[in-house]
Amino acid sequence: MRHLGVLARIQLSDEEVERLTGQLDVIVDNIAKVSQVATPDVPATSHPIPLRNVYRADEVGETLTLAQALQNAPDAADGRFRVTAILGEEQ
Amino acid sequence: MAKDALMDYDAAIEMFEPVLGFEVHVELNTKTKMFSAAPNSFGREANSDLAPVDLGLPGSLPVVNEQAVKYSISLGLALGCQIAPSSRFARKNYFYPDLGKNYQISQYDEPIAFEGSVEVELADGTRVVVPIERAHMEEDAGKLTHVGGSTGRIQGAEYSLVDYNRAGVPLVEIVTKPIYGAEHRAPEIAKAYVQTVRDIVLSLGISDAKMERGNLRCDANVSLRPRGQEKLGTRTETKNVNSMRSVERAVRYEIQRQAAILAAGGSITQETRHWHEDTGTTSPGRPKSDADDYRYFPEPDLLPVVPSAELIDELRAALPEPPAERRRRLKAEWGFSDLEFQDVANGGLLSEVAATIDAGATPAAARKWWTGEISRIANAQGREATDLVSPADVASLQGLIDAGTLTDKLARQVLEGVILGEGTPQEVIDARGLAVVSDDGALIAAIDDALASQPDVLEKIRDGKVQAAGAVIGAVMKAMRGQADAARVRELILERAAQ
Amino acid sequence: MSTELIRLSAADLAAKLASGEVSSVEATQAHLDRIAAVDADIHAFLHVSDHALQVAADVDRRRADGEALGPVAGVPLAIKDVLVTTDMPSTSGSRILEGYLSPFDATVVARSRAAGLVPLGKTNMDEFAMGSSTEHSAYGPTHNPWDLDRIPGGSGGGSAAAVAAFEAPLALGSDTGGSIRQPAHVTGTVGLKPTYGGVSRYGAIALASSLDQVGPVTRTVLDAGLLHDVIGGHDPHDSTSLTDRWPSFADAAREGARGDVLRGLRVGVISELPDSGFQPGVSKSFRAALAAMEAQGAELVEISAPHFEYGVAAYYLILPAEASSNLAKFDSVRFGLRVTPSGTPTVESVMAATREAGFGDEVKRRIILGTYALSAGYYDAYYGSAQKVRTLIQRDFDSAFAQVDVIATPSAPTTAFRLGEKIDDPMQMYLNDVTTIPANLAGVPGISIPSGLAEEDGLPVGIQFLAPARQDAQLYRVGAALEALLVDSWGGPLLDRAPVLRQAQGAGEVA
Ligand SMILES: [Mg+2]
Ligand SMILES: [Zn+2]
Repeated sequence: MRHLGVLARIQLSDEEVERLTGQLDVIVDNIAKVSQVATPDVPATSHPIPLRNVYRADEVGETLTLAQALQNAPDAADGRFRVTAILGEEQ
Repeated sequence: MAKDALMDYDAAIEMFEPVLGFEVHVELNTKTKMFSAAPNSFGREANSDLAPVDLGLPGSLPVVNEQAVKYSISLGLALGCQIAPSSRFARKNYFYPDLGKNYQISQYDEPIAFEGSVEVELADGTRVVVPIERAHMEEDAGKLTHVGGSTGRIQGAEYSLVDYNRAGVPLVEIVTKPIYGAEHRAPEIAKAYVQTVRDIVLSLGISDAKMERGNLRCDANVSLRPRGQEKLGTRTETKNVNSMRSVERAVRYEIQRQAAILAAGGSITQETRHWHEDTGTTSPGRPKSDADDYRYFPEPDLLPVVPSAELIDELRAALPEPPAERRRRLKAEWGFSDLEFQDVANGGLLSEVAATIDAGATPAAARKWWTGEISRIANAQGREATDLVSPADVASLQGLIDAGTLTDKLARQVLEGVILGEGTPQEVIDARGLAVVSDDGALIAAIDDALASQPDVLEKIRDGKVQAAGAVIGAVMKAMRGQADAARVRELILERAAQ
Repeated sequence: MSTELIRLSAADLAAKLASGEVSSVEATQAHLDRIAAVDADIHAFLHVSDHALQVAADVDRRRADGEALGPVAGVPLAIKDVLVTTDMPSTSGSRILEGYLSPFDATVVARSRAAGLVPLGKTNMDEFAMGSSTEHSAYGPTHNPWDLDRIPGGSGGGSAAAVAAFEAPLALGSDTGGSIRQPAHVTGTVGLKPTYGGVSRYGAIALASSLDQVGPVTRTVLDAGLLHDVIGGHDPHDSTSLTDRWPSFADAAREGARGDVLRGLRVGVISELPDSGFQPGVSKSFRAALAAMEAQGAELVEISAPHFEYGVAAYYLILPAEASSNLAKFDSVRFGLRVTPSGTPTVESVMAATREAGFGDEVKRRIILGTYALSAGYYDAYYGSAQKVRTLIQRDFDSAFAQVDVIATPSAPTTAFRLGEKIDDPMQMYLNDVTTIPANLAGVPGISIPSGLAEEDGLPVGIQFLAPARQDAQLYRVGAALEALLVDSWGGPLLDRAPVLRQAQGAGEVA
């Protein structure tokens, strides 16, 4: 559960960890239920209405102004978004 | 940082078999981004080329750039790959401040191209086949600047600034299969492979392929296994080796480093490593861990890419010739000696020389510039020649010499200006005021000034001491700040003496 | 005068606007007054526009100038807060987006503005549309106008309550697993989830991308058709948007209201949905509606949908998986809340603290469940298997629609429950969506219209019709036909029977 919290970037309290651990069973139950009928011969439906090759022409369209890009930023400096020191590395 | 123990290279290869693998990211030079209509630009004001989806704004959605798909198919075909009859995008989920959505739209189990190979030619003409596992489409991330701390690196920085202009730039990631049998030529093969990929994307015209700008980025995987062992050794992945010569050096370094550890009875940690251009070493990065749980799943906002057979045929028909064939043809066309041609090819300068010739220079002049002055500066600066200047600028520089606007010496100054980013050769000439003064009136005035302070010179010349003209020529050249044709100045002085 | 104005259907109000009998400013003012009078108790709105009257005046001016305006120009509109707007904050009911101002309008909002609709404000919802009661809004619950102690449904409880309380004649909603249809059911209103791809999702803050669909929330079927005509159609900003040319849904509703569409209509009733799973009054209302249709010549056909029972399980794998990814963008870097923990914060700890503080329990629960369902490369086993269930449900629909024109179900198992009654029982809450979820999984359209009141509690009950993908017009025809029958039998709209709401002090309606 702690690991899931790290993956999901949510700091979880002990109480939350305990409560959510119990609820993982919901997922496990759902998986069990779904597995009863999701046999290998059944194709998956990723999109309810099948479409393909939906493209955009390579033409420049409208863009945000710098002010619009930054208008909701919790912190910005130098026309850029400012964040606290980064611990991890690029992937 | 503790210094790594290194084994002698030849000894290392004697004990261990190196196995290589590469992940090369190619930034496509489409007009717009992979999933938005914002410009695919470089060097613009931070956060000024953004559409909502590039910032992951609430409610924004991606739409695929058709040109990027076509370029990806062309690249796949040029790499000898099969094109998937149906491929799809997937989300690669991980949190990082340079990702607007905290997932990267990439491809996972259904890449657009798979199962290919490229023939790579080494310096001595040996050909090696590099097997390609897949080439897939994805989007680039934004750029971080780390502020505070001493190094500008992430460690010790106080805070970081994010510019998302690069976020969403189309990428093709080319992944090789394990490359066996490289033996002592592993570093050379590494370099030749990246050069070949670069030649391919340049001849396709789908990327600017400037490594320094990150248009082409190489992650090199190296593992060693003791001679006779079947099982592959633990590999390291050296990230972002951003020049062709560094690829060679980084592979050699990792072989020597890993060999020293293994020979001492140690084991290799599976991890990413960082290449340091300045010291020519690698340092440990992130170990492979749970954080690599990317929770891939098919991108629900995008539909499958199902290229028609007609489209694939059309793109296949438009492919440039394969790299090895091209080399043979160019060598014959240019009339270079074996040595001259190898000079160009080993410098990774084939495409540059070809493009310079296409832009109007003679083969000899093009070769002279690229393998001469430009490579010299690149070596001195520890940079990649191909990143310094464009073939068009080199051709125009040569054109200006041929027209008498520049002397060789002035041309080198103009080149310097172009490399410093002052603009095209003509812009540098205008800004620096560097053109040869071809106006005799200005030269005569300067000669008159010089003669005024050295009145005896004309007498000496008339007396047959022609070398006395040298002092005046020197004074005139100095007055003209080098921008005169010395031969013409000499002619004018002799004419004056003859009057 | 203004009391009459707010009780008009959008269609009737539009007619008065077109004839010049009423101005948009008058209509808008009447609704703003109503909001001021009752919304303290209902809490349908998270934000009320401060410039709706200017927008209305502009429509009036254009009309006076002889400009050709669309059929609903000047009619007020409430907008679910899941839809981004440039002139009002968009929070999706979450603390993490408090005060967020979008630099672009959702396509449905842009189209509404272009049609001359007058946005009144943003409506309350379960946080990020996760819930069936609007109790999971970070800004407090919305109350059901039929009984203020009861839930208005969810996630779009705000939009449903707004139209039910006559605070707006039209509202926009979004439906991922029933969030338009179930609130319609519990508030005695009309809601339609279009065919997936029929209405653009651009600018709808995503919950589960492959399930989400935006649609109309209204008091009549014709009004829903009018609004659907405005917001529907292809949008190149949304790759999943269909390029179909759609018929006029308002015309379909008008055609249905004439009544003859019921003759020979084959209505499927699912044999696997036993009455026992439903509150008796819900079943009874449903049966009565079917009987009324039968009396007009409709043919009831029992059909089998054996895989619908797997829908809820599939839904609760797909939804959290997609949501966990869609909600990753709320990380305090580019927008939204930022919480910096004490000590030596890193961007990682700032993100984790922000998300801990900014998301409510239900959102955290689903993100964690979704992260789990996707982790360690099991998407094939989990998410992939759930997607197979979608195929099976689509096949169920295919074979059913080979025999029938529409399928009918009760819209939800129970009438509105009391606020707080089920909030601690997520699975019970989830089961509330059992009838609505199959349409989202299969992408087919669904409508809920009032079928009457449950006899045991006097609360509204809805009947849901489902049609094959792309046949939204069929739902408007059938819905309008049944609506006409029922309203006739009731002697007036069902909402006429709703209790009169207390007026806030000093904010009485202008006579
Ligand atoms: Mg990679
Ligand atoms: Zn990549």
